[in-house]
Amino acid sequence: MRLNKIILSFVSALVILFSTSVASFAKVVGDKIILGAAISLTGKYSSNGVHTQNGYNMAVDRINSMGGVKVGGKTYKFDIIYYDDESNPKRAAQLAERLISQDGVEFMLGPYSSGLTKAIAPVTEKYGVPMVEANGASRSLFTKGYKYLFAVLAPANLYLDVAIDLAVEKNNGKGVTVAMAFEQDAFSQDVRLGVLDAIKRTGSKKVIDDKLPKELNDMAATLVKVKQMKPDVLVVSGHTKGALTAIRQISEMKVDVPMLAMTHCDAAKLSKQHGKNSQYALCASQWHKTLTYKDDFFKDGMTYDADFTKEFGYAPPYQAAESSAALLVFKDAFERANSFDQKKVRDALAATNMQTFYGNIKFAPGGQNVDKPMVLFQVMCDDAGKCENKVVAPTKWASAKLIHPIPSWSKR
Amino acid sequence: MISVQACLDGILLGILFALIAYGMALQWGVMNIINIAQGDLVILGGYIAYFMYLYGIHPAWGVIVAPVIMYFVGIAIYKLVINKVVDRDLFISILATFGISILFMQLMNFAFGADVVLANSDYGTTMLFNNNVVLPNSKIFSAFISILFAICLVIYMKKSKLGRAIRATAQNARAAKILGVDTEKVYAATFGINAALCGVAGALISITFTIHPYMGLPYTIRSFMIVIVAGLGNLPGVAMSGMGLGVFEEFADYILGTEFRIGSVFLLLVLILIYRRFKLSRKREYLK
Repeated sequence: MRLNKIILSFVSALVILFSTSVASFAKVVGDKIILGAAISLTGKYSSNGVHTQNGYNMAVDRINSMGGVKVGGKTYKFDIIYYDDESNPKRAAQLAERLISQDGVEFMLGPYSSGLTKAIAPVTEKYGVPMVEANGASRSLFTKGYKYLFAVLAPANLYLDVAIDLAVEKNNGKGVTVAMAFEQDAFSQDVRLGVLDAIKRTGSKKVIDDKLPKELNDMAATLVKVKQMKPDVLVVSGHTKGALTAIRQISEMKVDVPMLAMTHCDAAKLSKQHGKNSQYALCASQWHKTLTYKDDFFKDGMTYDADFTKEFGYAPPYQAAESSAALLVFKDAFERANSFDQKKVRDALAATNMQTFYGNIKFAPGGQNVDKPMVLFQVMCDDAGKCENKVVAPTKWASAKLIHPIPSWSKR
Repeated sequence: MISVQACLDGILLGILFALIAYGMALQWGVMNIINIAQGDLVILGGYIAYFMYLYGIHPAWGVIVAPVIMYFVGIAIYKLVINKVVDRDLFISILATFGISILFMQLMNFAFGADVVLANSDYGTTMLFNNNVVLPNSKIFSAFISILFAICLVIYMKKSKLGRAIRATAQNARAAKILGVDTEKVYAATFGINAALCGVAGALISITFTIHPYMGLPYTIRSFMIVIVAGLGNLPGVAMSGMGLGVFEEFADYILGTEFRIGSVFLLLVLILIYRRFKLSRKREYLK
């Protein structure tokens, strides 16, 4: 009886093994190039995970409907296998392993967030699978010497240094005093390093340097310090929670600072959730629809914005735009490599130098995109309380003039 | 002035935490269950207020609607899970409520999405001492409502029949049963009341802070600590230790820096436990 059971389980294990290997994909099946992606469809990153997936899907449909990818005189279409990584780095690494060794995927798209990209990168590197990622900005991703990792976005340390430069410029080139509040996670700490570099470079001075715990949603103590020290710039980065908490408490505690710069404003839907209280906040963004970059597939930012809104029912946050750009990069690399050999595609990716609706893309040896500056937009509201994000820096892309200093709360 | 600001901020924060902790102390005392899902019940209460806000109802009404809904949620959780673990040892109940916590997080994530949200009360700000001390009215409102609910509950526990039954069960469940108290009902009501308190606190948190499906755990830990410091069945103790911890946190944040805020609270907990052990060991009587 026991022997029967053992035989039965052995046979069923074999059946399962065969069924999975039969169902597995090769890198290119027929006229399809199959890419793999582990995406956070559930868990704490699920909102941005969905933005990422929508961005990928939009680009796949667009490229396929506009002639696909031409390699070796044949036309191929993109297809993506998705798995849900549950916003969990361990699971993401397992899924990357599964995509590569079981499903036979030979080209990968990145997950959402720096943390998950960090978990996946060693796996793709081990198997020599080129990965183009669009949502991992942490500087540490680009200092490990990865050869197969390419990021279409600017690294995290460039997010807010523009704001310091802007404040110095407004201060007639003299250094400013800076108050900083950053969450203790890889991304925010990288943003902090960038700000510290900018402070050093411009001869500015940091007066507050608070590290916000991940589980904290109260920054009253930091803001009391800000009221005391009266810095020229307050810089906050703590994902959507940090942005929402900061605006709520700054408005409630009537904290007056000449300049307030932060990250994750559009992911936090700042102007929608806080209305006029979010006015004048400066926000770092990878992309904005008014930028005038162009490509053949999405035309420009405004067209992308309109098309995306039509298809998915909401305006694209930059997480979606950069994800779409990742597919454009892959298409370009495949065509230039004119092959599906991973090494050749990798070399073609490394030599990428192109413009997309999302921005210029050119990779440094570390894999980060060095040809696309960050933009800063400012939340501006009209008298009726309708708020809009307008690009104010760099000057080349500015669609509105920076309002500086921020009017005090007593005058609003 | 800064110390006045930090003190007031801490007290207002502490009162809110004390309300959550009181619920925990109540059911811990009565049922001997440490509810890991406490924070998740708080967040669920917050979502109720948030949805009222979305539909154009002022979120402050959440402090009335949320506890009513949460009371029934509490009863449902009790009937489905807790009544099976109530007589077992503490470890089993911790595991069970831990499971409930994970389930709640995932369900809230599934139902409400993973965005951080908040409800705007537009209550404005109170300026004191020549504008040197600033208190958001939403925090004052939260503290006021928390105190109100705590007072009502104390009176209810003292005067009502169910309140007396709950206290009797907490003292000695077996004796209460022999004397005709339906302990099963008492347990269900206790869990319901705890969930209702969490609902109130959640509604207040959505007005003063932010809510997110995965943000419950810090509230569980905070209330756990307050209860440990105060001891079970000691309402003034819970209120005092709640406010004390709030003030201590604010000062630690101000003096040591934000990164040491939570750490310093844990350090304080360790010190208190060591002190208690020390005090107990002096009183200890050995069986010879």
